[in-house]
Amino acid sequence: MNRIEAPVIKDAIEFNLQLKPCRQFTLNNGVPVYAIDAGAQEVLQLELVFYAGNWFEQQKNVAAATSYLLKNGTSGKNAFQLNETFDYYGAYCNRSCYNETAVVTLSCINKHLPALLPVVREMITDSVFPETELDIYKQNSKQKLKVSLQKCDYVATRLADAYLYGETHPYGKYTNPEDLDALNSSLLQDFFKQYYLNGQCVIFVSGKLPENLPEQLNNAFGDLGLKPFNKVIPQIAQLPAVEKKYRIQNDVNGVQGAIRIARPFPNRHHPDFMKVMVLNTLFGGFFGSRLMSNIREDKGYTYGIHSFVQNHIHDSAWMISTEAGKDVCEATIEEVYKEMKILREEPIDAEELLLVRNFLIGTILGDLDGPFHIMGRWKNLVLNNLTDDYFYRSIETIKTISAEELQELAKKYLNPEEFYELVVI
Amino acid sequence: MRAFLHGSVHLHMIQFERFEIANGLKVLVHRDVSTPMAVVNVLYDVGARDENPAQTGFAHLFEHLMFGGSIHIPVYDEPLQLAGGENNAFTTNDLTNYYCQLPAENLETAFWLESDRMLSLAFSKKSLEVQRKVVSEEFKEHYINKPYGDVWHKLRELTYTVHPYRWMTIGAELSHIENATLDDVKSFFHKHYNPSNAILVVAGNITVEEVKRLTEKWFAPIPAGEKYVRNLPVEPKQEAARSKTVKAKVPLDALYKCWHIYPRTDMRYYIADLITEILSGGGSSRLFQSLVKEKQLFSNIECYHLGSTDAGLLTIEGKLVKGVKMEDAEAGIHEELMMLQQDGISQRELEKVKNKTESMIAFEDMSITNRAASLAIYELLGDAELINKELDRYRAVTADEIKKESNIIFDEKNSNTLYYYADN
Repeated sequence: MNRIEAPVIKDAIEFNLQLKPCRQFTLNNGVPVYAIDAGAQEVLQLELVFYAGNWFEQQKNVAAATSYLLKNGTSGKNAFQLNETFDYYGAYCNRSCYNETAVVTLSCINKHLPALLPVVREMITDSVFPETELDIYKQNSKQKLKVSLQKCDYVATRLADAYLYGETHPYGKYTNPEDLDALNSSLLQDFFKQYYLNGQCVIFVSGKLPENLPEQLNNAFGDLGLKPFNKVIPQIAQLPAVEKKYRIQNDVNGVQGAIRIARPFPNRHHPDFMKVMVLNTLFGGFFGSRLMSNIREDKGYTYGIHSFVQNHIHDSAWMISTEAGKDVCEATIEEVYKEMKILREEPIDAEELLLVRNFLIGTILGDLDGPFHIMGRWKNLVLNNLTDDYFYRSIETIKTISAEELQELAKKYLNPEEFYELVVI
Repeated sequence: MRAFLHGSVHLHMIQFERFEIANGLKVLVHRDVSTPMAVVNVLYDVGARDENPAQTGFAHLFEHLMFGGSIHIPVYDEPLQLAGGENNAFTTNDLTNYYCQLPAENLETAFWLESDRMLSLAFSKKSLEVQRKVVSEEFKEHYINKPYGDVWHKLRELTYTVHPYRWMTIGAELSHIENATLDDVKSFFHKHYNPSNAILVVAGNITVEEVKRLTEKWFAPIPAGEKYVRNLPVEPKQEAARSKTVKAKVPLDALYKCWHIYPRTDMRYYIADLITEILSGGGSSRLFQSLVKEKQLFSNIECYHLGSTDAGLLTIEGKLVKGVKMEDAEAGIHEELMMLQQDGISQRELEKVKNKTESMIAFEDMSITNRAASLAIYELLGDAELINKELDRYRAVTADEIKKESNIIFDEKNSNTLYYYADN
């Protein structure tokens, strides 16, 4: 038998990719709901997205603390009682705080939704932020921060963001212990009033959805003082660092250095964005990328090296990230720049381009698996003020972008002098 | 693990068919036509517990080498990526698992790749040289260059005296990996990597007929090889409490306690698993409520087990709030365990942890990748059908059993304690 020759394949770019359409309706107060009904299991995931991220806070960490403490006490239930209710029904109620948004996520078996929606309503209308709960939060967050600050990758990530956007910008600021000390309950209560009680909200729900879901959601949230997103987020000035290169000693016993190489990059609305997603894949976006093939699979300098464009709604950055042996950090950086140079100077050959196209299409095909993943795609579109047209244009870009276009993009963006460069040991 | 992986393998209610070919390869087929993808999962019955104590970390290093080219195919990744596929692998103390996912139309590409590396690796010198370095960096990144990174190294040595769970999957020390030779690699391959030590699971938008045809074509010609017979030293029952004190450059004092529990196939495993849920499964769990919220002895506390095949460990670990004394923190844990031992649990609390387990099963990642890996792992445990019996086993656990087992497990003589002090 012939084991040398590969079996015939169907090129993934021949596949017809479809994003399952999203159902839309609005609650009585105008809050929009996006729904994906799919899957076999009787479960669902409900996400309430508030425009209550750290973009809107006047003092550091207020948004994150408010989001975290939504489950730590209402006027009728203490933290234990709230937690016990979710736990008893085998449900998960998570809070996450991002830059522009803060999200409350309920994951549960469908049959328990009627029992759980009133509890979520209670959290987002009647949280009281008890001082004792805040004190525990402050103490434990400070301890966690202390441990994180000993890790070179944590320190490098936050410094890179500070260089790119400035320490006063929502994308660049970071928490110090004294910021946690400065929090008090009334700050959180005021933030809660403005950005949750009377805030702007959009709802995403996915799973095998019950028929009366619109009615259930309207009963739970339709009469609240929430408004739809007015599409205005205040501008905040960036203060990028002038100095481009940094070498920082964080741990005298460190055996590895965390390397970050990053440059500013526009958001998804820029015409280059989706094309650069293809170039990035080739450069450092998957296991077979140029950076991985050279720096891990040929040199063995690191366990992994990746490049990516930050998932930001406003301005973004294109970043290369790795942890490498202390003695090979400088050699690693040199190789990264070498790979940029090759992309600028030599067009990618047809075989590698086809591989990247097939890989990307195959990945999207595999990723549209189940209601939660499909909703993940939709949520990203909606929050970035895009439609499914963006999805289809991205697919088209993957299938048709040329080697010449990729080389032009490399010439435009992959110039070492435009990158910040940081090593934290 | 070859690359970082999110999520874990959960339990599933799923249909499958099973057959075996002449060379001893076991094959399971799980059909799901709701996806356009197919998953090919190959599990080898070899883990870190099968290593020579003088050459630890080898099973995991070997996992990396499996991507360095096979006898007829110089590189594994490229043809798979060209076919729109992705892959990864992981090694545990018990097993090594490889999987790839690709559009179902290109299923044969995965059969071609997986069968060739089961037939023989290329044994490339360059690949060994590079992967030794890559694994060394992985070792540093996760176990040396992180505060508390060496904890499990110390806990395993404390808790196991003879069983090879004494060392971590990554290896007991860096030098074992650095000294690996090509001859070591070859003999490891011949001992463990053959059809009679493997389980193949194919899942997704495929038919049983197609899988049978491709298995006959690609895997049947591989020689059966010798079945590896595992004969590991059994860990004797622990008769006296053990402890160890460490000082390290970390910011906070931490406390770790481990107790021996049961093998994965023992019915008491399910009781032990529910005990970990009672103690730390969620915001209303006992240790969190009492020791983090009320007494504020710990800034975080967790109770878990690793689900290992041979008798494993139930672990409680937490970082102390600054200023709290180690003995007070330990007494806090002790008090909670005493309460469980003496008063047991209410029906509502039992119902709560069972509901959480049911929810986990319903919420399991719907990805076929996880389902394929779970089927392989249950087949390795003795019968893939176990996957569909798990929920009933949890449901059958009683409050009396919880109370009884918490008295047996949390017996002082069965305890191992690591006092990890911040040196500053």
